[in-house]
Amino acid sequence: MHRLYLIPTLAINVAIIFVPALLTVALAFFRWDGISAPVFVGLANFSALWTDRIFWTALTNNVIWTAIFLTVPIAMGLLAATMLLVARRGSTFFQVVYFLPVIIATAITARVWQGMIYSPVTGVNGLLQRFGLPTFDPLAGTSTALYGIATVDLWHWWGFLCVIFFAALRQVPQEQVDAARLDGANFWQTMRLVLLPAIRPTITLMMIMTVIWSFLVFDFVYILTQGGPAFSSEVLSTLAYRSAFYDLAVGKAAAVAVVISLFGLAATAFYIRAQAREFDR
Amino acid sequence: MRLPEARSTVVLTYAALGVLLVITLFPIALLVLNSLKPATQIVQNPLAWPEVFRWDNFSRAWADARFGRTLLNSVVLTGTTIVLVCSTASLTAYVLARRKVKEWKVVTFYLLGTTTAPIQLFLFPLYFGFARLGLINNPLAVSLIYTAVFSPFAVMLLRTYFLAVPKEIEESALIDGASHWQIFTRVMLPIVSPGILTVALIIGLYSWNEFLIATTFLQQGDRMTAIVAFFLLSGQYTSDWGEIMAAALVIVLPIVILFIFLQRRFIEGMAGGSVKG
Repeated sequence: MHRLYLIPTLAINVAIIFVPALLTVALAFFRWDGISAPVFVGLANFSALWTDRIFWTALTNNVIWTAIFLTVPIAMGLLAATMLLVARRGSTFFQVVYFLPVIIATAITARVWQGMIYSPVTGVNGLLQRFGLPTFDPLAGTSTALYGIATVDLWHWWGFLCVIFFAALRQVPQEQVDAARLDGANFWQTMRLVLLPAIRPTITLMMIMTVIWSFLVFDFVYILTQGGPAFSSEVLSTLAYRSAFYDLAVGKAAAVAVVISLFGLAATAFYIRAQAREFDR
Repeated sequence: MRLPEARSTVVLTYAALGVLLVITLFPIALLVLNSLKPATQIVQNPLAWPEVFRWDNFSRAWADARFGRTLLNSVVLTGTTIVLVCSTASLTAYVLARRKVKEWKVVTFYLLGTTTAPIQLFLFPLYFGFARLGLINNPLAVSLIYTAVFSPFAVMLLRTYFLAVPKEIEESALIDGASHWQIFTRVMLPIVSPGILTVALIIGLYSWNEFLIATTFLQQGDRMTAIVAFFLLSGQYTSDWGEIMAAALVIVLPIVILFIFLQRRFIEGMAGGSVKG
């Protein structure tokens, strides 16, 4: 009887996600332009990716992206969250402001940074130039574009982690901190020996999610540079999207999607294991 | 829990928190400030106070992004998605939280797995399939996609609310002769309604802001969402950044106002769905 309750969710989920996902895996072994009949090509899509310079750039960029987001925003979030514990008043106010970028649409955040900050014509960047300071548009340089995009995503993202870590830190029993204090621990020692171990499950979970999300990054890259200049900021998700909808190479796009999913799958296994403890309670 | 520190440390802390505050607010301030300036003055100095307030930035943005139409599309799409997600996810969350079926574990892990599935893994067959079925530019079809993508999150969040309801309430209703359906609709739903409101807010935020699926599946001018219209406006139709920022403000302002009034719900909801499973 109660099985019926599950039907709406599962039916929608299977029709929209599960079946098309299986089809994507199958399509990775076909050549298809989205219109005519697909042609079976075996592993040709994958071997083409293997020799594709842009694919390797994209994969490397995803790895760099993961490394950046595993360190910088998590460190920023942890530090700010601990500082919110020290601040006696106003922690709610700071939290709300830090969280604002999270709720602003990515398309809008991207355009604000592009036009109002990075642009040498209309942005703050151009202002520096007028004062004789050496500046350049990070989005226009092949060696800087990816970091220019990552900065925007960092601005958009770190407040989320700060708020999550702050919520976890507030649950740490006061006695543990007081005991450490009595033993003469300073701020950094308290953080390293008491606070960080206490919220380790939260940090681990956020790191797993970071890995998953880092391989999904799409909006900021697509809007800010479309993977350019000269594919220097291409990531796997924009490569797949462009292959499918611009080049009509759906088989290749499917192969890239399978690669993204393999990275995601490893992280997902950790994610489900971390969550499983919650369900066994 | 709080950290007692020396006065100097506290002062230093506030200084650092203040710096982060400035970094966070700077781009937002630029957005608001320049939405009121003529394009020529933005080129001169994006940081300057507006010499004249160009309120017509808003009327031009409204016309060029066809907000009369596209904002309505966003409202309809967001509303449909909220209704679909809340109704389907509360059913599932109830069954999973109370372990009403013996397959509860498999279903839970399946849903957890799909929360992390990359959109690209199902986007391409879905697009070409929908194209064949004539479902491109169909808002209901897009809200079904949103429902599929967002409902695992909603189920996990609602599950924690159902878990918090004491079992005795359900049992006594059963003894009073209530049917299973009556227990769910008359007893459980009213108790977890705060959770449903939280889910509605978060799902509403996600649908309102969503870009990738909206830009792929709603391309026709009179069907697109406000976000896609903004993207096109800023990409090809104008290089007047005053107008672009005005359009941005129109989309962002309702969300920010809602957030400021209901910030606790937003933050707890977004944190709860991802942290507590």
